[in-house]
Amino acid sequence: MSTPHREPLLRVVSRPEKSPRQILLLRLESVLLSLAAGGVFILIIGYNPFAIYGTILQGAFRSKMAVQATVKYAIPLVIASLGVTLAFKMRFWNIGAEGQITMGAVFASYFALFCSGWNHWLLLLVMMAAGMIGGALWGLIPALCKVRWNTNETLLTLMLNYIATHIVAYLRDGPWRDPEAAGFSKIARFDKNASLDKVFGVHFGWIIALLLVVAVFIYLGRTKQGYEIAVVGESQDTARYAGMNVRRIILRTMALSGAVCGLGGMIQATGADITLTTAVAGGVGFTAIIVAWLAQLNAPMILVVSLLFSVLEKGAGVVQSTYGLSSNCSAVLQGVILFFILGCEFFVRYTIVPRGKGGNRHAA
Amino acid sequence: MLLKFLVAAVAAGTPLLFGTVGEILNERVGHLNLGVEGMMAIGACAGFMAGYLTDSFAAALLAAFLAGILAALIYAVLTVSFLANQNVTGLTLTIFGVGLSNFIGVLMISRSENKTLKLPETITAHMRSISIPGLSDLPVVGELFFSYNPFVYLGIAIALAVGWYLHHTKIGLNVRAIGENPAAADAAGIQVVRLKYCNILLGGGICGIGGAYCSMIINSGVWISDSVGGLGWIAVALVIFAGWKPGAAIAGSFLFGGLRVLKYYVPKGVIDIPIAFYDMLPFLITALVLIAGSMKKRRGAQIPASLGLNYFREER
Amino acid sequence: MAEQPTPYAIECRELTKTFGSVVANDRVNLSVRRGEILALLGENGSGKTTLMNMLSGIYRPDSGEILVNGSPVVIASPVDAMGLGIGMIHQHFKLVEVFSAMDNIILGTRERLLPPRELREKITAICTSFGLEIDPEKTVCEMSVSEKQTVEIIKVLYRGAQILILDEPTAVLTPQETDRLFAILRRMKEQGCAVIIITHKLNEVLAISDRVTILHKGKSVGTVDTCATSQKELTELMVGRPVVLQIDRPAPHNPETILKVVDLTVHKPDGSVALNDISFEIRTGEILGVAGVAGSGQKELCETIAGLCAADKGAILYHKQNLVGKTPAEIIGLGISMSFVPEDRLGMGLVASMGMVDNMLLKSYRCGKGPLVDRRPARALAEKLVSSLSIVTPGVETPVRMLSGGNVQKVLLGREIESKPNLLITAYPVRGLDINSSYTIYDLLNEQKKQGVAVMFIGEDLDVLLELSDRILVLCHGQVTGVVDARTATKEQIGLMMTGEFSGKGGVAS
Repeated sequence: MSTPHREPLLRVVSRPEKSPRQILLLRLESVLLSLAAGGVFILIIGYNPFAIYGTILQGAFRSKMAVQATVKYAIPLVIASLGVTLAFKMRFWNIGAEGQITMGAVFASYFALFCSGWNHWLLLLVMMAAGMIGGALWGLIPALCKVRWNTNETLLTLMLNYIATHIVAYLRDGPWRDPEAAGFSKIARFDKNASLDKVFGVHFGWIIALLLVVAVFIYLGRTKQGYEIAVVGESQDTARYAGMNVRRIILRTMALSGAVCGLGGMIQATGADITLTTAVAGGVGFTAIIVAWLAQLNAPMILVVSLLFSVLEKGAGVVQSTYGLSSNCSAVLQGVILFFILGCEFFVRYTIVPRGKGGNRHAA
Repeated sequence: MLLKFLVAAVAAGTPLLFGTVGEILNERVGHLNLGVEGMMAIGACAGFMAGYLTDSFAAALLAAFLAGILAALIYAVLTVSFLANQNVTGLTLTIFGVGLSNFIGVLMISRSENKTLKLPETITAHMRSISIPGLSDLPVVGELFFSYNPFVYLGIAIALAVGWYLHHTKIGLNVRAIGENPAAADAAGIQVVRLKYCNILLGGGICGIGGAYCSMIINSGVWISDSVGGLGWIAVALVIFAGWKPGAAIAGSFLFGGLRVLKYYVPKGVIDIPIAFYDMLPFLITALVLIAGSMKKRRGAQIPASLGLNYFREER
Repeated sequence: MAEQPTPYAIECRELTKTFGSVVANDRVNLSVRRGEILALLGENGSGKTTLMNMLSGIYRPDSGEILVNGSPVVIASPVDAMGLGIGMIHQHFKLVEVFSAMDNIILGTRERLLPPRELREKITAICTSFGLEIDPEKTVCEMSVSEKQTVEIIKVLYRGAQILILDEPTAVLTPQETDRLFAILRRMKEQGCAVIIITHKLNEVLAISDRVTILHKGKSVGTVDTCATSQKELTELMVGRPVVLQIDRPAPHNPETILKVVDLTVHKPDGSVALNDISFEIRTGEILGVAGVAGSGQKELCETIAGLCAADKGAILYHKQNLVGKTPAEIIGLGISMSFVPEDRLGMGLVASMGMVDNMLLKSYRCGKGPLVDRRPARALAEKLVSSLSIVTPGVETPVRMLSGGNVQKVLLGREIESKPNLLITAYPVRGLDINSSYTIYDLLNEQKKQGVAVMFIGEDLDVLLELSDRILVLCHGQVTGVVDARTATKEQIGLMMTGEFSGKGGVAS
């Protein structure tokens, strides 16, 4: 008689939760591993990984202008990440930051284009409000469908991204077309009066971003509404049990999430681009989801992670000019780092036991 | 004019068809893979470069397929085995895939002789419309049904095969059960993890071929960056539009392909709708279909119930 | 008993399984022969389901040995279990809702796809040989609970299972359906199957089984022949020590009606009737027990009173104020102080991933002016509860899901009692708790009663209901089949009422 069934080679066992310290170490390990993996890739294509990594770091900080450019990359990323964090905390998979940014920019651009004669500060305030309203409206659509018909929000917000982009394309080709543009149609450059002022060489969006970090941190951690969001995200049954109006909370939070993203769009259009293009969001809305997730929905961590991503982005540009490599290497590196961190999250909660080791020895 | 439009619609819809069928395979096992764009980009790059380096059409196809599988493997390992968040993993795969594809493209251009990449004639010959003696010469019918490049027929064949596999075989029944209720499937003795891997990898391979269509045919054999250009996202939309059925995906792809080229065929002055609106249509229609679908009370042939949720047997 | 030459159909030796830091099974032994029905008896949380999940390949044991027909085996997956002829009928059905019965039955089997007609004949053949009835074309989501269970049974029989495991199969069945199920099980036994039935209902154990294995706190504490045992012995084994239930029952002090339910009708989201035209009243200073088969409308009753579930007809009068149609927030706004301890503690009553402090906030976070939450009173309350109820926790910020079941319930009940309610609704407050924790809970409830609070106690253990309550309301299929005086009623009487027999007027309390 033989034993008909053998133990599998490896098997997965869930384990008691690790301490925050162990989790931090695990994450650091995975970042190091991913950098090593990226290094191997660089080696394969025939370059020195240390030289490339060095160039990225140095490229982001080598001059005042480089630092300013790095910060400029970070601004929309920080704001959009904060926006999606509000929704994610509620387990509402808003992957429509891209569209909310765009609509915020559209609404603000109306005033930039047609009311540019207004008092500068009044105009800026109106544009900010308009941007927030545009983003909020775009965030409310999927939220309304969610509470009314339980429509899948991941897919709907995704579709809304592209609808927003094409609205910009329509405005560019039609009503808002710059009559002076030769060749390809585009929207006119905003009047100086309708663009954000610079503080320390970067448009003052960075101040707004920092304020928002503090605001979101307090909102989620210290306010009644933030508490409601956390409860709804954890269990809607519990929220109802506690007498919360779940529908209203979902609508309010998505409006807020969209408004923050919309504000980001307004800042990007009037601070960095000084015009409205279909690429006003330019993938930031997607990267923001990754940043928010990496930062574990923690506002100060979002600032840190966004800055790291911006360093990578700016550094990659320098790698391009120095080595003739495509700046897409930043996307590749971002991807590799994320794959490793996504993988490592698993080991926070589970462990793999090889055959023959039998037991779960982690019992406290 | 109408005939030309229909033919153009089919050609424009074909890369969508690959992406859609690939994504259906993913979503049927409950995995919402937002990395279609990335898998297609990687397939585009691998297919083009393999063709460029080997002068072999077969090698190009195989490379695109295998590269798609490899890209999907990353997703499968992370979400199926390591239970990572599907949305984040898929998005990362897209960012990574598009970045890698463009990166390698630039690298290859910088190492080429005349700073452009063009496929050799031995390959482009394969990508022209095939001609079937007798059939292709028929009026109207010949042009409408027998005038396409081989990818078109391959795409339809794959879609039909996948449809048959999902809806008329035992494994297909098991696959659909996983997408609905993995715990039930597991208890019924279905190898949940194995089948998930098979579907996700196969889906990735099919997406890869769709990518090769983008890089090798759309720009008539010249490499350009971002050749997939958002088609992967339309494919994600099409899956919803097609109600998770490969058969409907064929019609849906050609319809969406038609929408994409419609702007070139609508007579000027007859209907004056801005071009951007045509480009928006696929997404707008899909959004409406999605909302309409969720309004229906009865769930039949609808979104797989476990879509987006990972499964670990010993969870409690 | 004489030594049997044939080996056991299935035998477990020293099986151990832990989840995180919780030991669910601790060196458990169990065995069953062919043509035998073994009952696995134990309280909620004693590890019955974990043990069975190991036999069916859902969980992997950490250590120990399983033998099938005398030879050791490793059951790494449900496929392995099926290959060994083990079939499991889960408590929570594992069926694909949008598939037909037929598709669910053939799901995951190795054979090729049969033509529908042949398949139907094959299923009909199985049905007739065991006395089952099913429409193979019917979609599962359109089926009743009992039909779904039938599909599950056919599913394992279709796979040729010789060893059947049923996890609490009667919890959701009416008495008639239970009788029918038992007839089917006896037929399986006659045909040489080994059957393990998991339950915590003693009368069923005595009615159906040949032998009983008792689990207590994850350990197998004994196996006895059914014909040679008694309810008393089984109870003693099950609860771990000889117990005479001795729950205090202070006499109600000046009861007066605080809540009056009149002609209340509630539908479930799927449209079926959950509560059908029920009327009763709750009085201050007494405990009203609610008995009934699981799913008779208890959940809806609690949730409707708490304002979580909409009523279709009728009224709930708190003094003279109708609560029907009001949200929980509006009810609180009326100055009505009501507390509800729901059945699903971590999924409804508490936020599993939050610590005690934030869970204390759940009811009180609206207090205080301004947009900010004041956590200081919540922290003080959490610390007070930890000491007054001796809650075992590493700290008041530790997520409550890390606490043991008894401590979780203390957190929840403690919070609700601290809100000084005059009406306290508790749904299965001792489910899954060990005997000592249970007594703590009984004492807490009696304490409230003495202070004049009206307590509604939804229970499943009739002995406890009879000892603790002042009056017992019996529900059956959403209808009130009677309200009896707990001091004079008997278990048999209530049992009959739970099955739909309206009691004679004699037992009805004034």
